[in-house]
This record gives sequence, structure tokens and C-alpha cells, in this order.
Amino acid sequence: MDLTALAEAARSAWVVWLMVLFLGVVFWAFRPKNRQRFEDDARIPFRDEENGG
Amino acid sequence: MSAATAAPAGARGPVAYNDGVVRNFMIAAIFWGVVGFLAGVVIALQLAFPVLNLDLEWTTFGRLRPVHTSAVIFAFGGSALIGASLYIVQRTCRTPLFGGEFLGGFVFWGYQIFIVLAALGYVLGVTQSKEYAEPEWYVDLWLTIVWVVYLVVFTGTLMKRKEPHIYVANWFLLSFIVTVAMLHIVNNLTIPVSLTGAKSYIVWSGVQDAMTQWWYAHNAVGFFLTAGFLGMMYYYIPKQAERPVYSYRLSIVHFWTLIFMYIWAGPHHLHYTALPDWAQTLGMTFSVMLWMPSWGGMINGIMTLSGAWDKLRTDPVLRFMVTSVAFYGMSTFEGPMMSVKAVNSLSHYTDWTIGHVHSGALGWVAFVTFGCFYFMVPKLWNRERLYSMQLVTWHFWIGTLGIVLYITAMWISGIMQGLMWRAYDSLGFLQYSFIETVEAMHPYYVIRAIGGVMFLIGSLIMVYNLWKTAKGELRTEPAYAEAPHAAAAGTGS
Repeated sequence: MDLTALAEAARSAWVVWLMVLFLGVVFWAFRPKNRQRFEDDARIPFRDEENGG
Repeated sequence: MSAATAAPAGARGPVAYNDGVVRNFMIAAIFWGVVGFLAGVVIALQLAFPVLNLDLEWTTFGRLRPVHTSAVIFAFGGSALIGASLYIVQRTCRTPLFGGEFLGGFVFWGYQIFIVLAALGYVLGVTQSKEYAEPEWYVDLWLTIVWVVYLVVFTGTLMKRKEPHIYVANWFLLSFIVTVAMLHIVNNLTIPVSLTGAKSYIVWSGVQDAMTQWWYAHNAVGFFLTAGFLGMMYYYIPKQAERPVYSYRLSIVHFWTLIFMYIWAGPHHLHYTALPDWAQTLGMTFSVMLWMPSWGGMINGIMTLSGAWDKLRTDPVLRFMVTSVAFYGMSTFEGPMMSVKAVNSLSHYTDWTIGHVHSGALGWVAFVTFGCFYFMVPKLWNRERLYSMQLVTWHFWIGTLGIVLYITAMWISGIMQGLMWRAYDSLGFLQYSFIETVEAMHPYYVIRAIGGVMFLIGSLIMVYNLWKTAKGELRTEPAYAEAPHAAAAGTGS
């Protein structure tokens, strides 16, 4: 199997790759370890209060 | 504060934000909003009373309709989006604009020139006849330059941010800028007939052209009118409610689901056409799947008020924002339903589509934008608060009633129109001639025009209120009772 055929085969399963990528995003978002950092990130709009924002 | 006296108004703290360009965009958005709503009222009245076409080529419905759509989507919505995005990106990155007032000013004036060039073309009959992409090649090229500079300003600001994490509103705004650039270029690949003439021809032909057009137009809805305004929602609702978004983790999933799915939904505009059947079904399937991110986002926006629902009663600005998210939920329920082929066979080409678009455009896009105006104008002009909260309430109710009149009239008229078109008599002939359907729709056209007039009046109330606010006047008004039920019970507050 040469490289072109391999690329063709990989491309035909694009929906699988995108799904894997998406599940990775979901895992990252809901990983318990990340809970605190996302709660902090949600407060970003309030961090420029000293500018009257 | 000696620094404050030297810094431009609006920059009161250590970071001197570039707010001049944001102020310009706000003024432009408010101005174009009124122009666009007025154009809408005129063409609504033309449909009800054709004599208002005035028998002049420049004032016919066919030429004024793109003036209305471009004025509300690109001039009003676009100016509000660009202005709000530049406001949000500076504050969530805690850094002034990349390129400062110079590049910001170029984006502002460049975009306004685009609007004027496009509108002049429509009235004079210069158009490439692609819906929502009517401007001819020279205007398209100019917009491409302006848009790339806008992208540079936005990403440049992101890159020099003081905040390690890029706040989610900026993800939505960046996806809006990048996707609109891609859509605009691919759908406007035209070859001019001559370098001195306005006419050009598109490189696509036949059904490929149709598919490219609706890939463009539906994703203009998805990334201009949805992703962009969701970016506004994720900043302004938390700010106005003074509490962080309900779930930041849901907002991440919301963003990526929207990105993965929206781009495939375009074919639902081409059901029962020459487009291959599998492509139509694909478009329908992805449209139905879009229910999930849409409702996830809506829940996230509305639930931000969880534990502070009383603010809805005492804060009309927040009411604008939350109502807009409710309209977003409603129209994104209706849209996927209409993309189902069986429903589409009734709804397509009828007024139902117009009603659906306006529940999204008036209820979601315009209302969330009004909320942002009311939030930003006192801050941008360094005022303590809005001139009048009562006028905001008046605007809210007149606008809401106008929308309700508009969309209910179009639902009834559209479904009636669809049913009349498909009615056969016992001999197999069509039961109604086309003109009979037009006559039957007349009363609904009048009701729709009244709804539009109410929406326009509401926007004029806003203009007056914001004008007074910018001038620094404050209207003395009784404050909202914090807890009237408690007061009535004799406990006081």
C-alpha cells in the first residue's frame, strides 16, 4: 500500500476522525481535573473591572 | 488621576482601550438599523399596496429588497458585530487593539464605504443576483481587503493578550470572521466582463452554483447571525447579570458542535431541486442535528440567570438579552423542523420562511444587539447610567409586540399560501390561481407592515434614549421596587 492509497483510505473515514476529535474536545471539557480552571476562565469578563469595563 | 485626563474617554483605568472605533461602529450600527428597519417597512407596505412601487425603477420592490436585507444584516448587524467584537476582545484580553486607532479606523471607514457602494449598486440595478451576496466584483474585492485587515486587528489583539486563556466569546467571534472570509471569497469568484464595467460572471455553473450560493447563504446565517451574536451573548449576558456564564464547559462543547455541524446544513435550501437527493438528505440531517448545539447554547445563556431571576423584572436591559436568547431557541427549533423535506414541501417559497427569518432576525439578532447598545453606550460615553429605564421598557414591549404581530401574520399567511398552492379539485386541476393566493394574503401583509412599524417605533425610542445618554442627561424616575410582594405583605424592604 503506497502513501497515496493510505491517504485515500484515511480520507474516506473523515467522519470518524472528526468524531474522535470532537470526543476529545468533550473529554477535555468535562475532565474533572479541568473543572476548576474552567470555572476561573468563566470569570475573565470580570477581571477588567478596574478599567470600568 | 492625571492619566485619565490624557487618555481618551472610556479609558479610565491602567489599560487605555481603543474605544473610539467602537463608538464609531455603535453610531453606525444604530443609524443603519433605523435605515434598514425603515426600508423593511417600505417594502412590506409595497407588498400590501403595490402602488407604492411608484412606477420608478429605483424604488421597485426588487431593488429595495436587497437594500433592506443588506442594511439590516451587513450594515446594522455587521457594524454592531465588528464594534462589539473589538470591545469584547480588548476587555477579555486586557490589552488595547492591535494596530490601534489607525487600523481600527481603516476597518470602520472601509466597512462603511462597502455599505454605501453596495447600496448604491442595488438602487441603480447593479447586482450579481445572488441572495445576500448581491454586490458586484469591485465591491467584493474592497470588502475582502477590509475584512482581512479586520482579521489582522482581531487576531493581533488576541496574540498580545495579558490573559493566558482566550475567553470563549472570542472563539465564536474569530470563527465568525474566518468563516465569513472563506464564504465570501468562494461565493464571489467572478470574472468581470471588463475592468471598467460593473458586470461579472460567476465561475460556478448550474447546480454547483446553486449549492455554493446556499452553502454561502446558510453559513452567513450560521456564522454571521449566529456564531457572531453568540459571541456577544457570552460576554454581555454575564456582564449585565453580574454573574459568570452558567457552564463554561457547556460553552466549549456548544462551540465545537456548532463548528462541526453548521457548515453542512446549506442543502436544505435546495430540497426538491436538481441537487442530488443524497445531498438534500445530508443537509436535512445536519440541520436536525443542529438542534443540540442551538439548545445547548440557549440553555447556557438563559440559565446564567439561575438564582437571579428577579433581575428580569427590575432590569429591562437584561430582559432584552434574555428574550433574545428565548427567540434564538424558538427560531432554531423552527429552522430544523422546516428543513425536514416533508415540512419543507409545504413551507418552501412561502411566507412561512419570511416569518421564520424574522423571528430570528428581529427576536434574536436585533434584540441581543439592542441589549448590547444599552449596556455599552453609558460605558463608552463615560456616563453613570442610561438616560431612562422606562424608555427601555417601552422599547422592549413595543418591539416585542411588533415581532409577535409580524411572525404570527407570516405563519398564517405562509401556511395558507402553501396549502392553496397544493390544493387540487376533483378533476385534478389546481384549485387556485396564483393571483387568488396573493389576494388571500393581503390582510396578513397589512398586519405584518403594522408589526414592522411598531418595531421601527421601538428603535426610534432607543435612538432618543441613547442620544440623551450620550449627552449625559439623566431622567429622574422612580426606582423599580426591589420586592413589591414583600412590601405588600407589610414587611417592607
